[in-house]
Amino acid sequence: MSVFNLNGKEVNYAGSPAGRLLDVLRGEWQMTGTKCGCKEGECGACAVIIDGKLTNSCLVAMGSLEGANVTTIEGYRETQRFAALDKAFEAVSAVQCGFCIPGMVLAAECLLSANPHPTEDEIREGISGNICRCTGYGPIIKAIDMAAKEGDGLW
Amino acid sequence: MKSISRSIPKKDHGEKMRGQAMYVCDCPTEGILFGRMVRSSVPRAKVANVKLPTLPDGYCYVDKNDVPGTNEVLMIVQDTPVFAGETVEHIGDPIGLLCGPDEREVLRLAGEVEIEYEMLEPTFDARESDVVFFDYAYEKGNTAAAFAQADHIFEEDFETGLQEHMCMETNGLIAGSSDGKIHVHGSLQCPYYVHKALVHALGCRPEDVSVAQDVIGGAFGAKEDYPSILACQVAVAAHKAGKPVRVIFDRKEDIECTSKRHPSFCNYKVAVKDGKVTAMEIEVLYDAGAYTTMSPVVLQRGIIGAPGIYNVPNLKVHGQSRKTNNVPNGAFRGFGGPQTFFAVEMMMEHVAKNLGLEPVDFKLAHLAKQGDSTSTGGKYHFPVPIAPMVDAVLKASDYRAKRAAYQNQTGRYRKGIGLSAVFHGGGFTGSAERDLLKSVARLHKDKDGNVEILTANTDMGQGLFVAFTKIVAETLDLPHDKIILTMPNTDRVPNSGPTVASRSVMVVGELIRRAAVRLKDEWKDGEEQTVTEHYKHPEFMIPFDIKTFSGDAYPTYSWAVNAVEVEIDTYTGAIKLVGGWGSFDAGTPIDENILRGQMEGGFVQSLSYGMMEKITAEKGKIRNNTFSDYMIPTAMDLPKLEILLHVEDYPGGPFGAKGGGELPHVGGAPATIAAIENALDTKLGKAPFLPEDVMNHLREVNR
Ligand code: FES
Ligand code: FES
Repeated sequence: MSVFNLNGKEVNYAGSPAGRLLDVLRGEWQMTGTKCGCKEGECGACAVIIDGKLTNSCLVAMGSLEGANVTTIEGYRETQRFAALDKAFEAVSAVQCGFCIPGMVLAAECLLSANPHPTEDEIREGISGNICRCTGYGPIIKAIDMAAKEGDGLW
Repeated sequence: MKSISRSIPKKDHGEKMRGQAMYVCDCPTEGILFGRMVRSSVPRAKVANVKLPTLPDGYCYVDKNDVPGTNEVLMIVQDTPVFAGETVEHIGDPIGLLCGPDEREVLRLAGEVEIEYEMLEPTFDARESDVVFFDYAYEKGNTAAAFAQADHIFEEDFETGLQEHMCMETNGLIAGSSDGKIHVHGSLQCPYYVHKALVHALGCRPEDVSVAQDVIGGAFGAKEDYPSILACQVAVAAHKAGKPVRVIFDRKEDIECTSKRHPSFCNYKVAVKDGKVTAMEIEVLYDAGAYTTMSPVVLQRGIIGAPGIYNVPNLKVHGQSRKTNNVPNGAFRGFGGPQTFFAVEMMMEHVAKNLGLEPVDFKLAHLAKQGDSTSTGGKYHFPVPIAPMVDAVLKASDYRAKRAAYQNQTGRYRKGIGLSAVFHGGGFTGSAERDLLKSVARLHKDKDGNVEILTANTDMGQGLFVAFTKIVAETLDLPHDKIILTMPNTDRVPNSGPTVASRSVMVVGELIRRAAVRLKDEWKDGEEQTVTEHYKHPEFMIPFDIKTFSGDAYPTYSWAVNAVEVEIDTYTGAIKLVGGWGSFDAGTPIDENILRGQMEGGFVQSLSYGMMEKITAEKGKIRNNTFSDYMIPTAMDLPKLEILLHVEDYPGGPFGAKGGGELPHVGGAPATIAAIENALDTKLGKAPFLPEDVMNHLREVNR
């Protein structure tokens, strides 16, 4: 049994400690906002935030989560910071197929909470673990920059 | 810009942003059987025997014997089987599908199926294949005379490689039956392609099948031909099992077993007289892989564009697509265009260099212009805006100054800049829109004045639903929220054709615009009304004959000029993209953000097609089947790209719009390779060109 915090609520997990967080989220708990693009830690579609760090949930064993704080898009979307990112992504039409987006949004959160005023290069680095095949990244970078400026003070 | 171009929020923005969009992998799996394909592990063989493990209750295996209709996937030519027949033709050829309620158990059981093969001799190199799937040729003028009178004749070979779509979402579909009907839904671009394939394979009536699109996680052509195959397989399984069946590929399977961009081998022979190109003789060869799928039309587009955007008075073009025992190649953004445009752009670059001329000036001196005849004796009916677009890109990129500065470099880091100019013809080739597709689109108004758009076209993230909504709202003078548009289901929507060939806005968008004009005329408050529009072929087009390749292959063209700057580390071979500029003319943008998004995303795919993306296969087995060894760009691999929009209205498209989706994937690779050439002070003829190629090259030239 492991006990941890998921999106602000305590959860008890009684399944196999070897289970992958990604599978448990999407399968058992039907939280499908976290996407699966590779299951090998290479694409960032499955990214969640664990204790403040952007983490690919396909590489996380459930047994390692005891006492951890886990945030997925389902929790993050209820925050003011999300609202700022949401507005900026919408303004530049940065979302195409959307499959990379939940991971990308959480990557933006981790970047901005560590560095509220990033340069373009820092934004590129901040999202470099999250692959997007549709956009060429330009609109996403623009949106994060816009959110950082217009949501000044949130991060 | 017109007022319609002003961007509005994308319809699917909120749900995708919040992680609430339902992709096929997100659909509930209660009561569903998971399927795992049993595939050939050899490139070519007779299937002598299939030995199944003992299947527990509730598990089942389907193969060719279970196909109730015909064991063929209905495409252009019926050679792709639903499940392998007597033989397997490539590694990964599907032999059967194992289904059951527990996904892990299904994987285990599928791994225990034993196949006995009687090996047959495979072919992996299209150049050595003697099975010609398609063979086309056309001529214009008198090439023999032009070559006889030439001052110079230049000849060169060009090669391009396989490109994988690498959609973030892999292929996946679910089939099930209810109300005596088979329903298939999932990640698919073309509901009616899938619908027709199902009717053929299941041997049923059209009304016994329905096909619906789920939210799609990227397509780029990956979900044009392939879903027809997968749909037949899952539907056959659901039919036999009497339960819904879901198949979603893992990344390895998606890379190894689904279609890709055709590798190409081209030979160009060019005659020059008085400093001008007077003739080209072009041989084009595409590796089709094991089955024909989309190969005939991919090759047609390839050879039509083979002389590029230039006015070449004497032309002889011959193209073949040959069978190999590689994974079948199919549709990919650009659809046969990127290969020949790569070849012709490099050829023009090299001829200019051979003549001691600056390639850009040489290209500008050969541009086709409005009124000139096209490669197939059609006509450029509308302006060819390449010259002003080149101008804009030269200025934005500072091309000339950089080109001058990057002569004779000797240091560790060397820079280069290159430029390409290309077109993409919008819509299906020739008269296929009129003769094959015969698109139908419909608007339905309810009593409250809400207007629903009914077409079979899909939004896979490219923003089509925004475009359609704006076209109808603007025409009817209605607010956007009065327009209803949901993902298509063949039970409800007419067949407005597939979402491919950069046709959706230009062709179907015009249909719904016309429907909206009629609805406006006939509008009656408080009444339900339906307006249906049928495709009308542009009257100005010179009829196209596919047998002789003569006439207008496309009603109009979209244009792109790209410049790319690179920096090469001659110690490691690393190629760094330093700058990218593109001017794109897709007519009036229906939504500026969306068009820019399409241009930038496609441009990036095209840049990495030139210098990053490479599939390595050994005896038909694809080796790089993960994100870590099939590289696509991360945000750090790219510089800020500058996207310029040039607008030439097309009177046949809604509000002046032309095709846009594929345009940006045509010219990035030749511009990239031209930049690498410039840095290394050499001539190159293949894409992709990777760091190891840089090192090999430097070793060869010994610097
Ligand atoms: S699914 Fe976890 S990184 Fe790709
Ligand atoms: S929007 Fe499609 S992968 Fe990023």
